[in-house]
Amino acid sequence: MTTVEGAAAEGAVGRAVPAKRPLATRLAARTGGGALRVFLVLVALFWLMPTVGLLLSSLRSPQQIAESGWWQVFARPAGITFDNYGRLLENEKVMGSLLTTAAITVPATVLVVVIGSLAGYAFAWMDFPGRDGWFMVVVGLLVVPVQVALIPVAKLFGAVGLFETTAGVILFHTAFGLPFAVFLLRNFFAEIPRELLEAARLDGAGELRLFTRVVMPLGGPAIASLGIFQFLWVWNDMLIALIFADSGSPPVTVALQQEVRQFGNNIDVLAPGAFVSMVVPLIVFFAFQRQFVSGVMAGAVK
Amino acid sequence: MSDAEAVARHHRAGRRGKRAGRGVTGTRRWVAAVFLLPALVLLGALVVYPIVFSVYRSLFDASGDGFVGLGNYGAMFSDDAIRTALRNNVIWVVVAPTVSTALGLIFAVLTERIRWGTAFKLVVFMPMAISMLAAGIIFRLVYDQAPERGVANAVWVSVHDTFAEPAPFPGAKPRPNSGLRPSGGGAFTTKSAVRAGASGSSASSGPSGSSADLPLVAVRQSDVRDAKPAAVAQPQPGKITGTAWLDFTRGGGGRPKVIDGNEKALAGLTVEAVKGGAVVASATTAADGTYALPADKADGARLRLPAANFAEAYHGVDWLGPALVTPAIIGSYVWMWAGFAMVLIAAGLAAVPRELLEAARVDGAGEWQVFRRITVPLLAPVLVVVLVTLMINVLKIFDLVYIIAPGSSLRSANVLALQLFQSSFGTDVDEGLGSAIAVFLLLLVLPVMYVNLRRIRKERAR
Repeated sequence: MTTVEGAAAEGAVGRAVPAKRPLATRLAARTGGGALRVFLVLVALFWLMPTVGLLLSSLRSPQQIAESGWWQVFARPAGITFDNYGRLLENEKVMGSLLTTAAITVPATVLVVVIGSLAGYAFAWMDFPGRDGWFMVVVGLLVVPVQVALIPVAKLFGAVGLFETTAGVILFHTAFGLPFAVFLLRNFFAEIPRELLEAARLDGAGELRLFTRVVMPLGGPAIASLGIFQFLWVWNDMLIALIFADSGSPPVTVALQQEVRQFGNNIDVLAPGAFVSMVVPLIVFFAFQRQFVSGVMAGAVK
Repeated sequence: MSDAEAVARHHRAGRRGKRAGRGVTGTRRWVAAVFLLPALVLLGALVVYPIVFSVYRSLFDASGDGFVGLGNYGAMFSDDAIRTALRNNVIWVVVAPTVSTALGLIFAVLTERIRWGTAFKLVVFMPMAISMLAAGIIFRLVYDQAPERGVANAVWVSVHDTFAEPAPFPGAKPRPNSGLRPSGGGAFTTKSAVRAGASGSSASSGPSGSSADLPLVAVRQSDVRDAKPAAVAQPQPGKITGTAWLDFTRGGGGRPKVIDGNEKALAGLTVEAVKGGAVVASATTAADGTYALPADKADGARLRLPAANFAEAYHGVDWLGPALVTPAIIGSYVWMWAGFAMVLIAAGLAAVPRELLEAARVDGAGEWQVFRRITVPLLAPVLVVVLVTLMINVLKIFDLVYIIAPGSSLRSANVLALQLFQSSFGTDVDEGLGSAIAVFLLLLVLPVMYVNLRRIRKERAR
């Protein structure tokens, strides 16, 4: 309790100053504030360092990479080169894999948003037998690990000719994105004021028109969070792509994963490759921070 | 799922309508069915059916024909690779969420009153946006064994070398038949004891055979480039003297065990006199390779060249070796997910009533007390959500392990999701076993599923 007594004593001494907080606390905040700031700056640098290391490695020639660490760049900044990126742009395998990734991610995101909105709207505003029961089933599926589905879906896709196809990967991602999508959107749609929907209905809008003109626009924020979360989830996925994607033209995660096997000799390919694969997620991250945060906060249970 | 609800609630703030519907004015049932159909078909075919199939398949052997009951589950717990995976998963589930949450809590509290706190949060949260593959490549480089490539070892080696002198002659060995024998751990000890009054090659000609002389070979050229020629140790009263030298003449011509020509001295070598297992005296060789031990202590002792003379240059820690690979990968996970914990906790912190904290401070509570007694208890629900979310996430950890662990330590880094992948699609395919692992993973998350459902039901009842 010495701190408390000390604070009281100093408070008595410093009575002249209008003290809202005990002087000791304010003193600690003053002096400790500097140390705290230094500490936080160090932590931030520490957190940035691994990424910066890869970035700087991607800007060095294979010979430099073999001879010395990326931190030597600070000693001789002249050594920076964009040759690795130039060669990567000519690397058809990696560039093609980026297209494959986009061809998987965009449809998988759109499908989850559309199908999830339809079901979310039905659960929120339509009357049908067993509605709550069905919704509970969907909520129950929220935490099902994708691992459970790998073998059965591989067999199923094999039987219908979807194994190792882009369509198969899209369907898998859509299905596993749906429980969260339905859950989030149903809760959001349910808060749309009833009067709004009834007014539209009175104006003669049909169910589909109600959905596209009223519900979807009002659901904007939730749909944005969901869409961004699903987009990043699919873009960054490796496991499902590893199993279900066409090994002839794999998405970027799989293409780079194959390179990792020779780690050490090919950092000049891996480092810029990893960076190129990160560009889209990072743009999305910086452009849609708020939506991303709410999406990640809500969806990390997956 | 209270986090998901929190988000949903956040979105709908200020727009509370009447309770969600008993259906808007007469929807036809077939319309509802059409709206639901795509979702239910996909969920049924790709989520529900697989669960049923996995449970069923896990009861059959690798070929799928023989019914083995719970045999695959039994095999899970007797198979060495899977036992390693289970043990690692326990380490993962205990350590990774705890460390991430603790760091997240610290960061959230510390940045709360800093003006550029948002920038800090952005930096720590950024890794969440990138793929585990990219994070894996990033950390594969950080943990690289070579100190000139991996930053972790670069730092470690430079710290180590400031405190510990590197060995003078890594890899050096005694000349065969010189009387020095390996005595364990990389040290060498003379066969016979040294006697006071005796000295090394007192007669410069003729093979000495004296146990006080220490002829070595296999010294790296670079270690003796600037060395002086070895000198014959002169007898000194009350001392036992000898010489350590590189018993090898370049271009040939030298005689073994004799200091001849311009054979190089080995300076800086530690020589110990050992009696009955204890070191009674020690000396270091001079620039000309000679050393002197006090005869009163060293008489009758054997001479030992401790291993520290010959230790290979320090190459740092084998981060991705079998012993450290799991903690190292957990480190990379914490790097990715501490930001997640921080952001959720910061959101919870913003909801803590300011007045409560201020009141405690006015009452004279120190910052630590405020943190321990008020902030943490108020944040407890958020902390639980974060911990549980991370635990579920960690159970299924796959990418980071698959990418960061080099082939040689993949077995030591094994986790359930990786084993499942190997058992289902890898080299040693056993779908029965793979399905059993999948079902086991599902069983582990069932309690969370139950809690989710109960909470929803409660909210419905309100």
